[in-house]
Amino acid sequence: MGRPANAFSRSMGNLGQWIDDRLGVSAIWAYVMTGYYAPKNFDFWYFFGSLALLVLVSQLITGIWLAMYFKPDADLAFASVEFIMRDVEWGWLIRYMHSTGASAFFVVVYLHMFRGLLYGSYQKPRELLWVIGMLVFVALMAEAFLGYVLPWGQMSYWGAQVIISLFGAIPWVGDDLALWIRGDYVLSDVTLNRFFALHVAAMPLALIGLIFLHLMALRKVGSNNPDGIEIKELTDAEGIPLDGIPFHPYYTVKDVFGVGVFLLVAAFIVFFAPDLGGQFLEDANFEPADPLNTPDHIKPVWYFTPFYAILRAIPLKAPGVMLMGLSLVMLFLVPWLDRHPVRSMRYRGWVSKLALAAFVVSFIGLGYVGGAAGSSTLTTVARVLTVVYFGYFLGLPFYYKCEKSHPVPERVTKHG
Amino acid sequence: MVRKLVAGVLLALPLVVTASSGGEHLEQANTNINSQASLQRGAQLFSNYCLSCHSASYVRYRRLADDLGLTEAQVLENLAPTTEKIDDMMVVAMLPEDAETWFGVAPPDLTLVARSRGVDWLYTFLKSFYLDDERPTGWNNVLFDNTAMPNPLWQLQGIQAAVFEERAVHASLAGSKLVYAQTEHVLSGLEIIEEGIMTEEEFDQAVNDLVTFLEYIAEPSRIKRESVGIWVLLFLAVFTLFAYFLYKDYWRDVK
Amino acid sequence: MASDGVNKGRRRFLTAATSVMAGIGAIFWLIPFIKAWNPSARTKAAGAPVEVDVGDLRPGEMMTVEWRGRPIWIVRRTPEMLEALPGLDSRLRDPDSEAEQQPGYAQNEWRSIEPDLFVTIGLCTHLGCVPTFVPNAGPTAFDPDWHGGFMCPCHLSKFDMAGRVYDGVPAPANLVVPSYRFLDERRILIGVDPEGVV
Repeated sequence: MGRPANAFSRSMGNLGQWIDDRLGVSAIWAYVMTGYYAPKNFDFWYFFGSLALLVLVSQLITGIWLAMYFKPDADLAFASVEFIMRDVEWGWLIRYMHSTGASAFFVVVYLHMFRGLLYGSYQKPRELLWVIGMLVFVALMAEAFLGYVLPWGQMSYWGAQVIISLFGAIPWVGDDLALWIRGDYVLSDVTLNRFFALHVAAMPLALIGLIFLHLMALRKVGSNNPDGIEIKELTDAEGIPLDGIPFHPYYTVKDVFGVGVFLLVAAFIVFFAPDLGGQFLEDANFEPADPLNTPDHIKPVWYFTPFYAILRAIPLKAPGVMLMGLSLVMLFLVPWLDRHPVRSMRYRGWVSKLALAAFVVSFIGLGYVGGAAGSSTLTTVARVLTVVYFGYFLGLPFYYKCEKSHPVPERVTKHG
Repeated sequence: MVRKLVAGVLLALPLVVTASSGGEHLEQANTNINSQASLQRGAQLFSNYCLSCHSASYVRYRRLADDLGLTEAQVLENLAPTTEKIDDMMVVAMLPEDAETWFGVAPPDLTLVARSRGVDWLYTFLKSFYLDDERPTGWNNVLFDNTAMPNPLWQLQGIQAAVFEERAVHASLAGSKLVYAQTEHVLSGLEIIEEGIMTEEEFDQAVNDLVTFLEYIAEPSRIKRESVGIWVLLFLAVFTLFAYFLYKDYWRDVK
Repeated sequence: MASDGVNKGRRRFLTAATSVMAGIGAIFWLIPFIKAWNPSARTKAAGAPVEVDVGDLRPGEMMTVEWRGRPIWIVRRTPEMLEALPGLDSRLRDPDSEAEQQPGYAQNEWRSIEPDLFVTIGLCTHLGCVPTFVPNAGPTAFDPDWHGGFMCPCHLSKFDMAGRVYDGVPAPANLVVPSYRFLDERRILIGVDPEGVV
């Protein structure tokens, strides 16, 4: 009828056209895929966004399946997990996919966030994109914490005990707040049941909503790239960025490859080392929760350890909690703390590079300390690393003044 | 450079198997859960020496039959107390209240102990009982001081006694004063004072079999998990290869 | 964008190959999720065959046991009950048990292995209510010429003493006879066919 063909009408003929006239799918496809021009110089660090989406979908599906058998009752929860592991056909695989997925989510998200710090992806006009991303991160931490409590093992119980008592540390409202969260005078079946509802329904909805906003913001401002150049500033006659390529098919095809590599690593863990030496599934959690007996060594799962180390570095309860909170808040503030005229680390000077390297070392070091048993030496180390961690943020406004940056190219480069 | 480092660490991560022993010296158990013979012997030992006090309440007898290559009749006859049916779980008859009265603490369920304590710990534990008059059961354990558990395998291993020695504690600073060599009464080893029915090698093998069985019941799906895993990895490797060539082909367009 | 003839062919092949592999992978990935819905080991254990001691069951009496969540009726039929059965054939929907509501060894005039012991699932074949046991012959409110059997209160379906359904009632089929076997004179095992039966 003289209407331009689109993927929908080509693949599904008249029916496709009928649907498209009533749903407008082809316009959306063009907006987010074939008409979305992304910089052509994405490198290794740009795989992790799509991988995060993959892990999200996997967690949702495996999580729903687990919810078909899991019993959110303090007397039944632990046994129901073993029921899944032994009696449900392929239950063990679904469980391991979910537990490995939880840790994989954080691996991927931490690397994804690091990319932001590395290439200045939070700078204007992407400040809101970064902030929404940080909200996704906070929601993810809540979701992971809630999920870990559910098996009602020793670590589930005592980890929850510790975290809820952190809320109790807040001045004036702390105790009432902790009581309100627990719904009981002590961590109990009441808490488990409500954590189940939050973990299965509330937080996933929040996550999905925030991720949708995150992608919306990305589409609006466009991706950054390793060179930190705004590709929209150099366009051809039709307004298409000279250094841009349509997301589909180029990045869809590249991300499929990325998925393959990721799945190889993830599958190795799922099938050959699901505990990962006690890091992904902690030994103590194979014991049912015992309110009368604390395990020798309470530690949060690896992805929370850096923040836990900061908490423990301060010997006082409320200040420790506040410093830990502040360590997250600093990340939110990065778009306004960083004043560097050069966006990407590729072209910044040695001071910026050193500072970021120090930050990475401090984060990993804090993670190690947070997971280790306490000792006076390690506390000192934690304090030093905490200073380095905060130092990175506090110094961000000033690095550009102390260094000479390199000239930023006009067009994107392959390897900087 | 950085990304190679990160990629290397990420890919090496799965190969990290930390053994957090916390300072204890643990012997290697060297279990092999793929050996049905070892599992069968271990199951028999478990049934004879452990099941009277400890349950393994997540284990189904029917599953034992399937995984250990035994018939239902063999399982019921050799591994289960006479009252059990093939669809029952491995539960002990002793009530927790009675157990607490007799032992001070209810003997814990052992289904998952291999995952919470580790096979090396269990192997070492079962070999480390020694005679101790000061304990209500007459037994103590090097790895688990003042355990409420008596030595279940003493007939096989024989009776061990603790060997003590006076160990010099070096000079230490107490305040501003230098305190010189004191001696500590320290447990330095164990020795057999009465032979059991097994030699040391036979006993080590028996404990190995028992711990192998404990490792199996902690995760019965492990055998299948590893065998399926090989195929999954092979498939993913081939898939990734194709995906790689597809990606490279499309990107020829991009200059 | 370069797009000469050779490239197109290779591109199409690689796209197809990768897509096919992805599709196969997706199907294999789906298998655990589908199979997870099968009865679990716990369910199968709960659904295991049930052994019943019928030694004390007197003629004319019925006992009920549970198997796989359903009521199983075991009736010790009297000689009078058995004699009445052939005469009812003309009033029944499926007097010869042609529909597969019973195992092969129960496709006979008594719908059981031994004539005096009747084993059936006590659920009406209409919509699943549990019918009432009405063993005594004689005029009743629901049938002036009743010869004993079962009557379902939900929609007034009637079955004779061999579980065969009457004509003119909502229930479409005879009561189901489960697999069962005799272990000895006193005991039957419900859920397992007799030895030698395929």
